Amino acid sequence: MDKYERGERMNLKNLPDDEYFTPGHTACPGCAAPIIVRNMMKILGKDTVIYTPANCLLVFGGTYPYIAWKVPYFHEAFENTGSSISGAARALKKQGKKVTVVGIAGDGGTYDIGIQALSGAAERNEDVIYVCYDNEAYMNTGIQRSGSTPYGAETTTTPAGKKILGKLRHKKDMAEIMRAHDIPYVATASISHIADFLKKVEKMKNIEGFRYFHVLSPCPTGWRYDPSKTVEIARKAVDSGMWTLYEAEYGEITNIYKPKKKIPVEEYIRGQGRFRHMTPEMIEELQRWVDRKWERLYGEKP
Amino acid sequence: MNLKARKMVATGDHAAAYGALLANVDVVAAYPITPQTLIVEDFATFVDDGITDAEFIMVESEHSAMSACIGAAAAGSRTFTATSSQGLALMHEMLPIASGLHLPIVMPVVNRTVAAPIGIWCEYNDIMPQRDSGWIIGFIEDNQEVLDMVLMGYKIAEHHDVLLPFMFGLDAFILSHTVEPVEAPSSDEVMKFLPSYKPIASLDPDKPMAIGTFTPPEYIQEERYQTDKCMRNAKRIIKNVTKEFADVFGRNYHGLIEEYKTDDADVILITLGTVTGTARDVVDELRGRGIKAGLVKLRFFRPFPVEEVRMLIERENIKAIGVYDRSVSYGVGGPLYIEVKNSLYGYDLPIINFLAGIGGRDVVKGDVEKMYKILQDVKDGKTRKDIVWINTRGVKE
Ligand SMILES: Cc1ncc(C[n+]2csc(CCOP(=O)(O)OP(=O)(O)O)c2C)c(N)n1
Ligand code: SF4
Ligand SMILES: [Mg+2]
Repeated sequence: MDKYERGERMNLKNLPDDEYFTPGHTACPGCAAPIIVRNMMKILGKDTVIYTPANCLLVFGGTYPYIAWKVPYFHEAFENTGSSISGAARALKKQGKKVTVVGIAGDGGTYDIGIQALSGAAERNEDVIYVCYDNEAYMNTGIQRSGSTPYGAETTTTPAGKKILGKLRHKKDMAEIMRAHDIPYVATASISHIADFLKKVEKMKNIEGFRYFHVLSPCPTGWRYDPSKTVEIARKAVDSGMWTLYEAEYGEITNIYKPKKKIPVEEYIRGQGRFRHMTPEMIEELQRWVDRKWERLYGEKP
Repeated sequence: MNLKARKMVATGDHAAAYGALLANVDVVAAYPITPQTLIVEDFATFVDDGITDAEFIMVESEHSAMSACIGAAAAGSRTFTATSSQGLALMHEMLPIASGLHLPIVMPVVNRTVAAPIGIWCEYNDIMPQRDSGWIIGFIEDNQEVLDMVLMGYKIAEHHDVLLPFMFGLDAFILSHTVEPVEAPSSDEVMKFLPSYKPIASLDPDKPMAIGTFTPPEYIQEERYQTDKCMRNAKRIIKNVTKEFADVFGRNYHGLIEEYKTDDADVILITLGTVTGTARDVVDELRGRGIKAGLVKLRFFRPFPVEEVRMLIERENIKAIGVYDRSVSYGVGGPLYIEVKNSLYGYDLPIINFLAGIGGRDVVKGDVEKMYKILQDVKDGKTRKDIVWINTRGVKE
């Protein structure tokens, strides 16, 4: 029985004081991404190599000479997180070193331009961790739509225009695509449920093979909300069913969190400028999408 | 790994894969494309037969092949890949990342047409657009040189005054799929010539560092200067390494260029790749007829042997220079022609560009003879030409 099975799981009380992603980075106030990365690194620890493709995290944590990382860190390009970490991990394996190689990509680098390299690495079951921090648009380049942007949301390439009001397509379900890869571990998480988040990080650290960790990452700048509301918005995303927390091992969901009380999607989108223009019909359409997803994941109607 | 010295009958692709095996590479990441496929297949066989314990990453694209190689090299391993044509084009984005990070990856490029029209035969329009990628770029005449170039490639690329990635072109099918006798040294001999790779920096948790950071204008220009310096240093290191290789293995490749019967030549042709072999025969025949023809085999396109080309011309016996190209920079001329003209700025000497073998068309002795004939006519003042398309339908030579 390992520590995890005995129930001695990581929690906020025994979370190490060590910092591997340090203060002084330049993320916007209220950005969820550094919260994700900092907490994750406390558990992953020293023997970790980090890769980030082009995204906000590259810029706010990896700008020379102000590097926020205390572990070896590298960047190559945008669409190749899956293959870049494969190369580093195989080299370190050949050298006989026990190091956790982790790629941390945005939704653009995961759902869109990076999906090929990600899928390839997962299919090969490379011994790496792939993290997607999902802020539902290309933030680094100025808030353009991605395959992760939810229906109705305004971005700079899906403006709320006179004729078309925001994005017309729904969010792609990336975690489900990864679940279909038959890999050792897929987990979704949210900073609003931090104990669950930490447990998942600790668990995946000790698994061998390809691990996919997908975290919703509210972005006050791109979503247009008050920076003090980041955790609250993350919680509402979970409570409304917009974001679902689960773990899957080799394609089977082994643990899924069900909100005690499901709130209407309208409650989630309220206070986010990116949804402000949505008509009642559009909100209904978004609700229908949430309900479909709910039924698919929980096997029952909401 | 304990491989005995042996004489093989090998395709160019096999010579490349065997070279990587002898170089004791740690990580290979590659994706198949005709006519490079045999390299990937051969290496997979070495792995599956347990001849090497290298990590072979069978990636889902060439973009990922180069990305994985960069990741592996950044982690401090000796890394190998190979590609061709569309695959090289797909890798293009990653090439300056390998050089900018100073990672000595070695990559044979089996030169093949880049679409459109799509074709799989020999042409240099895949490798020539990589000119400014910061990679050393070499060319190969025969299969022995393929194997030798892999070994020399690592030695040059890993030299601390160079630290640049290294690609070299070998002609599709003419070499890649054609068998020739190839002498393979033993792994012990190779180990003496090419010891294990010692990176000066790598992704090591005991010495954390950042590689490939987001870098503002305050710092990038210096990096560019350093890379330029590395490429200039490479000229010296290439010469030293070819000499050392000759001392150890007995095959002398003469550094950046190889001259053939140029001492008293009044016309010379500068060639790349397998056409060199054909041109050697033609020069011998012309010499038999009393024509003072000479030949220069260009072995490296980057760094470009500017001084060597100039020194040749300083000799004054040369009255006309022909430059052979297997691809064209549209509206200007062949890439090698452009480089030679640049090198010979200020010299008053006719330089004629011969475009032949494009799209994989055979370049036969008769074609090379035509080139020398035109050079003779130019020397005698009977004609003055710049760019000549050889053996092209509807075009007068
Ligand atoms: C090949 C390529 N295309 C486009 C870009 C420009 N680019 C850099 S970051 C980025 C968006 C990143 O979005 P995401 O992955 O969601 O991360 P975020 O910035 O939102 O955190 C884009 C389009 C690039 N660097 N490389
Ligand atoms: S734009 Fe959004 S994701 Fe990027 S740093 Fe700012 S808050 Fe974070
Ligand atoms: Mg994003």
